[in-house]
Amino acid sequence: MSAAGLSAADVNAAVPFVPDEGGPAPVRIVVGFGFWIFLISDIVMFSAFFAAYAVLVGNTAGGPSGMQLFDLRNVAVETACLLLSSFSCGLASIGAGARRTGMFQAAMAVTAVLGAAFLTLEIREFGGLVARGAGPGRSAFLSAFFALVGCHGLHVSAGLLWLLTMMAQVWAKGFREDILRRMLCFSLFWHALDIIWVALFTVVYLMGTTP
Amino acid sequence: MSGGDEPVPAGRQQPGDTAPGDQPSEAGTLHGITGYVIGLLLAVGLSAVSFWIGPSHLVWAPSIPVALIVLAIAQMGVHLVFFLHITTGRDNTNNVLALAFGILIVFLVLTGSLWIMANLDRNMRPIDEIMRMQR
Repeated sequence: MSAAGLSAADVNAAVPFVPDEGGPAPVRIVVGFGFWIFLISDIVMFSAFFAAYAVLVGNTAGGPSGMQLFDLRNVAVETACLLLSSFSCGLASIGAGARRTGMFQAAMAVTAVLGAAFLTLEIREFGGLVARGAGPGRSAFLSAFFALVGCHGLHVSAGLLWLLTMMAQVWAKGFREDILRRMLCFSLFWHALDIIWVALFTVVYLMGTTP
Repeated sequence: MSGGDEPVPAGRQQPGDTAPGDQPSEAGTLHGITGYVIGLLLAVGLSAVSFWIGPSHLVWAPSIPVALIVLAIAQMGVHLVFFLHITTGRDNTNNVLALAFGILIVFLVLTGSLWIMANLDRNMRPIDEIMRMQR
């Protein structure tokens, strides 16, 4: 197709302007997409921690390596907790979508218990490492380990606070549109944490204990 | 964005896009739960294989790290599709494009760091040797 001999007005007439019938996107779409962008930048930040860990994993400064430190049984239980909490968080968002208060609150309570169990196990693991003299100051490997896993743990702690806030808000205000939007963002956040944990247990724990 | 090549069915509330995490609007409660159950089963299976493959001696040892990475990527895909509802549907284009850009950056950060640092590690003299040379 050649534009020679056609004026700009002709070209514009050939491609009629199709108005978007929907108008501006609904607030739920805009909020969800914006939060999705935040989550992706959060994942990019985690990738920097992962890169630092992968670079420093061999620099144990004569101290213990992951092979001697990691307890895979503990990690498997943590993984189960987080995976099941992701599932119950999904049930909670279905309950919120169907405006079923009982289902929502019960599923959110299960999510909170599983999330708290995960955090307890992680804090116990960190405490055990520090008690054995393998704290973050011991070697570059351990600094990177505590930074990466601790950053995920901080995210889970923040998510737990947010979860309790959502339960209280639904209890106090019901399934209003704005509350449902917050619930959408919360469930995205919680599922994204589980995705990061998949990368974490694979790269840090499983590959760290593979001879 | 609506592609514009097909007419949007009248009476549909959200003609263009899907928010990440949103179920398709026609899905009922039971259908939604089924999706999460399938996702959970797949994720549990993949996690279990990941944990099992290292201690078992069924796999050739040098291939274990590669197998672990493949399993992890598969599991992340399962989470994205069944839990976050990021699909390849045409109403999901914005979300997928943002994700694709994120994956590109993650890939650049990871491979770039590992490549450069491994190169420096191989080609630089140990730091105490440099200190001695400066004296």
